[in-house]
Amino acid sequence: MLAIVDSGGANIASVRFALERLGVQSELTADPAIIRAAERVILPGVGSAPEGMKRLQAKGLVEVVRGLQQPVLGICLGMQLLFEASEEGNTPSLGIIPGRVALLPESPGITVPHMGWNTLTSRPDTPLLEGFDATTRFYFVHSFAGPVNAFTVASCEHGTPFAAVVQRGNFSGVQFHPERSGPAGAQLLKNFLEMPV
Amino acid sequence: MLARRIIPCLDVRDGRVVKGVQFRNHVDMGDIIELAQRYRDEGADELVFYDITASSDGRTVSTEWVTRVAKVIDIPFCVAGGIRSLDDARKLLHSGADKISLNSPAIENPELLGHLAAEFGSQCVVVGIDSRAENGDYLVKQFTGDPTKTRGTRWRTVDWAREAQKLGAGEIVLNCMNQDGERKGYDLAQLKLVRAVLTIPLVASGGAGAPEHFRDVFRDAGVDAALAASVFHSGAIPIPKLKQYLATEGVIVRP
Repeated sequence: MLAIVDSGGANIASVRFALERLGVQSELTADPAIIRAAERVILPGVGSAPEGMKRLQAKGLVEVVRGLQQPVLGICLGMQLLFEASEEGNTPSLGIIPGRVALLPESPGITVPHMGWNTLTSRPDTPLLEGFDATTRFYFVHSFAGPVNAFTVASCEHGTPFAAVVQRGNFSGVQFHPERSGPAGAQLLKNFLEMPV
Repeated sequence: MLARRIIPCLDVRDGRVVKGVQFRNHVDMGDIIELAQRYRDEGADELVFYDITASSDGRTVSTEWVTRVAKVIDIPFCVAGGIRSLDDARKLLHSGADKISLNSPAIENPELLGHLAAEFGSQCVVVGIDSRAENGDYLVKQFTGDPTKTRGTRWRTVDWAREAQKLGAGEIVLNCMNQDGERKGYDLAQLKLVRAVLTIPLVASGGAGAPEHFRDVFRDAGVDAALAASVFHSGAIPIPKLKQYLATEGVIVRP
């Protein structure tokens, strides 16, 4: 069973529908026991980092998520929350991936939010990115982003480089929205579903 | 590099897609889901659904068809029409919409933009501006879905765009009403003016009639996305051909 953490964010329905299109049923839940027992866990989220952490804390899920051993995929804000902290509202977050999420700087020709379809520069032999090349585009919509570091398996550039896909042990995160990235996004979700438990 | 976006706009009335000229005389263009799927298959980068009479009728977009769209569509979509409160927005976002667009209600209650941005993030808060050239200036209009209810506002377009950004909008869609349905090209002068005062993405709307118009609006007005309706609905400009053309003209697009 796949659990989608009910963090109260806004794109939860889209993630569930995307999994349904792949023939996978999921359970939207905030129940620690169900989340711990799930084969895989998705941490979605649209909204702000302070709101996201507040919701996880209110539901007693901070330690639950930190302690998960099965494959976990953070999407958008869910990915940002994997870092140590966010500049957005000066929010301490889950601390699974080192680094601090910061606001993307705007400049002439570079509008923020970073909104639209962009390409990735990825590390070879990343199972999550199997089947993609440098021309594959994914849909991004965000104003804050995590830094590129040792746990970045793919970066993206919008004025400045930032972490597009991160991985540490069983935890992965994507800044873009696979559920809204057409066939490429569906493939990424499939790759996640095929990661060994 | 980030690709410029091509966005078909589906004007919705009574659950059907319609199209009028200069916001008038609406004709039926087909079923919402069928058209949405067609555009997804053709390579549209995003879809916008405007419930064009919701605001003037005093209602909100129906979550029923928003859910139906969200189930079948795997590209982002935005919905607009009579969104007046955090609650309206929450229902639509929870139904699967990626963004919500506010027009008249944002003018009536600008603080709402700040509340929406704080709750959901500014990336899903779009402000649609209906703008008309009058007396050598560009002015914001309201309730444009129904010509008998359309009226002026206290805002100059440039000032309202700047204010909306300050309050929390994450994107502006500028509908240039003089051009709408005329197919003579986007209003490059007006779009350039508004582009210059914004740091958030700007979407051009109104006037697309030929592939060159898309090239011009990306190259000369520097917009992030171009929205069009009738040229896509009628098949006059197939999206795959448009994207091929733009790529040969040096515009970065998603193939």
